[in-house]
Amino acid sequence: MFQFPARLAGAAVALTLAAATPAFAQQLELKLMAPAAPGGGWDQTARSMQQALVASGVARSVQVTNVPGAGGSVGIAQFVNGAKGDGNQMMVNGFVMVGALAMNKSPVTLEQVTPIARLTEEIQVIVVPANSPIKTAQDLAAAVKADIAKVTFAGGSAGGVDHVMAALFAGAVGADAKKINYIPFSGGGESLAAILGGKVTAGISGLSEYEGQIKSGKLRAIGVTSEKRIAGSDIPTFKEQGIDLVIANWRSVVAPPGITPEQKKTLSDAVEKMVKSDAWKEILKQKGWEDAYLGGDAFADFLKKETVRVTDVLKSVGLVKS
Amino acid sequence: MIDTFAALAHGMAVAVQPMNLLYALIGVFLGTAVGVLPGIGPALTVALLLPVTYKLDPGGSLIMFAGIYYGGMYGGSTTAILINTPGESASMATALEGNKMAKAGRGGPALATSAIGSFVAGTIATIGLAFLAPWLVDFAVRFGPEDYFALMCVAFVTVSATFGDSPIRGLTSLFIGLTLGLVGIDKLTGQARLAFGVPELLDGVEVTTLAVGLFAVGEALYVASRRHHTEEKLEPVRGSLWMTKEDWKRSWKPWLRGTMFGFPIGALPAGGAEIPTFLSYSTEKRLTKHPEEFGKGAIEGVAGPEAANNASAAGTLVPLLTLGLPTSATAAMMLAGFQQYGLNPGPLLFAERPDLVWGLIASLFIANCMLLVLNLPLVGLWVRLLAIPQPWLYAGILVFATMGTIAAKPSVVELSMLAGFGVLGFLMRRFDFPIAPVVVGLILGPIAESQLRRALAISLGDPMTLLQSPISATLLGVALIALLAPFVLKGLGRFKANED
Repeated sequence: MFQFPARLAGAAVALTLAAATPAFAQQLELKLMAPAAPGGGWDQTARSMQQALVASGVARSVQVTNVPGAGGSVGIAQFVNGAKGDGNQMMVNGFVMVGALAMNKSPVTLEQVTPIARLTEEIQVIVVPANSPIKTAQDLAAAVKADIAKVTFAGGSAGGVDHVMAALFAGAVGADAKKINYIPFSGGGESLAAILGGKVTAGISGLSEYEGQIKSGKLRAIGVTSEKRIAGSDIPTFKEQGIDLVIANWRSVVAPPGITPEQKKTLSDAVEKMVKSDAWKEILKQKGWEDAYLGGDAFADFLKKETVRVTDVLKSVGLVKS
Repeated sequence: MIDTFAALAHGMAVAVQPMNLLYALIGVFLGTAVGVLPGIGPALTVALLLPVTYKLDPGGSLIMFAGIYYGGMYGGSTTAILINTPGESASMATALEGNKMAKAGRGGPALATSAIGSFVAGTIATIGLAFLAPWLVDFAVRFGPEDYFALMCVAFVTVSATFGDSPIRGLTSLFIGLTLGLVGIDKLTGQARLAFGVPELLDGVEVTTLAVGLFAVGEALYVASRRHHTEEKLEPVRGSLWMTKEDWKRSWKPWLRGTMFGFPIGALPAGGAEIPTFLSYSTEKRLTKHPEEFGKGAIEGVAGPEAANNASAAGTLVPLLTLGLPTSATAAMMLAGFQQYGLNPGPLLFAERPDLVWGLIASLFIANCMLLVLNLPLVGLWVRLLAIPQPWLYAGILVFATMGTIAAKPSVVELSMLAGFGVLGFLMRRFDFPIAPVVVGLILGPIAESQLRRALAISLGDPMTLLQSPISATLLGVALIALLAPFVLKGLGRFKANED
């Protein structure tokens, strides 16, 4: 009887999904691993894919499994070893996994998986408290150049996208990235409190996380990391302000090693169809995720370049020993 | 103030719509059920329900999520009291006295005081949420890393002084917990500590695994080892199934005090539900008129922590609704719930969607009443569990503990840890070491460490920062007094005795 609630929820999921399945659904039955606990970004991505894949009729059923641990290191190890050659399995991953694998000296790397596609990305932002004397990215750059240790950055976990971004910012304005005073907090919530309370100089996070605070005027956004200014937004990009800092927290999906080219094509096609479906677009709008679909070899290339960039940054701040 | 009343009345009108009542009922029922199973907590349940609810009306599903949250806090205490298996870490303090009461045939009153205490605390805290939220959140944001560290110091001092018969044994246990707390990736530098190359250990030791291992498995092993010595007599029911007049008299103050700990600490962005339960337990142990009953089943030790954990649940909604700042796993899932409707909790939510916010707050009152109605009649049913013959009961507990652990984290390493902690729990019982401080150390140690290091990083290594913040200085003072007071008082007592 104690299993009841989980089963009930499971049954309810199955029911809704079955009801939403159009009659022309293919026989594709997928297993999708979220290498994180329920609730985080990867889990939400996996569950959104599940929803969109089934609702758009690309797959008949999609089962999401959670394998949490060490920024995805536990999940990918299990995925690479356990799903080898299985053309019906995929795993969600993203920026954070690149750094986590390097820092944890994981024996399994992203070179071993079969890249399928990049799906979404989130623009990053640097904010300061509303009463801070820092008004623009150049003000912050000046402060960093004056005394880098005194400028405290609050953000997410060590080695994550926020940390990498702080180092890139320091590097881009000509300071020594090795000396950044980065203070990791678990999740955006805790760091937000520290920023609002004026305990740190600046905060780094995904734009959506701080959007409410920015709109209400409690935080001032001094720059976003997109290539071009976001439509309808009055927050300038770093590039506009003369600082070469472009980075995004991307999420992607990969397949196991050792699958045949046909299997890879089936999965790539399924993901491409899903990305183009109305169901997926609807989800992106709801969650405020940017569509960043990039498939095939272009994504494989991107993954390689990003791995090199992140690893270099982590080495420069001393998180990865070379 | 008048505005708040008007808004709340409006919210009540939203909450009593039949569909919303139904959502609240489903929520509290699911919440109670998952709270009972160690491992599957309210956060996971909300995560599983998110894709199902995204087509529902936002008000209805948020009301359901809040019901799950409150229900989980109720459910966790049931197993803690009856079979010494805390459903979640916030129910740990409840297990200490609650299970002793259950073994002495007072399971009925223990469950009743926890249900009514939860109700009282939940109600007061929800009122606090409605009226104090804007003020409280300003205070909470002022809490910096150095202040959290000072708060942890208070918790360490009170806890280590409270548990066990001798401070040395209590401290030994605490340090075992602190050591376990070091396992995993260091949050500030990203380096692995004491993980021995096992990837599953990189995220640290799961609190529920440790608690269930020490409490439930350890207890089962201990009982099994004593079976041929002396048969422990378990009386399912002795005296009244309900709370006596005396029980009420001893419960109401702890309920209120527990609420006073739970609500404000729950509202702190890094406060959590565990600290207030421990602080409440220590306070009750100090203030009680029946110190001899502590450790043998004192009702105050159940009433206080239970009130504290429910009040903290309401507390976490303060930063969630006013800042969009999730401070617990379940709150984070509720935030995801808000976002799936394109709503961003935060300062603007109260102005933009008052019907939703006040509907949610009003439905918390309703969920609380439902939980009381749902739980009190079940007390009679639950205590019958204790009439099951001991070998069966403990075999059931072992199955149940294992299942819960696997459900939360399906891995061999996790299961081995459960078994290992079970043996540790057995040895500690055998040699009279208190087990609660181990779990306290595991929960609070890492928080204290990272907050201290954050504070020092911000101040560029200047330790004076700990005394420059008024909040931190005050709390450290409290900790110091709590540490020295017993010795000073003892000394004064001796001095007086000498004079006579």
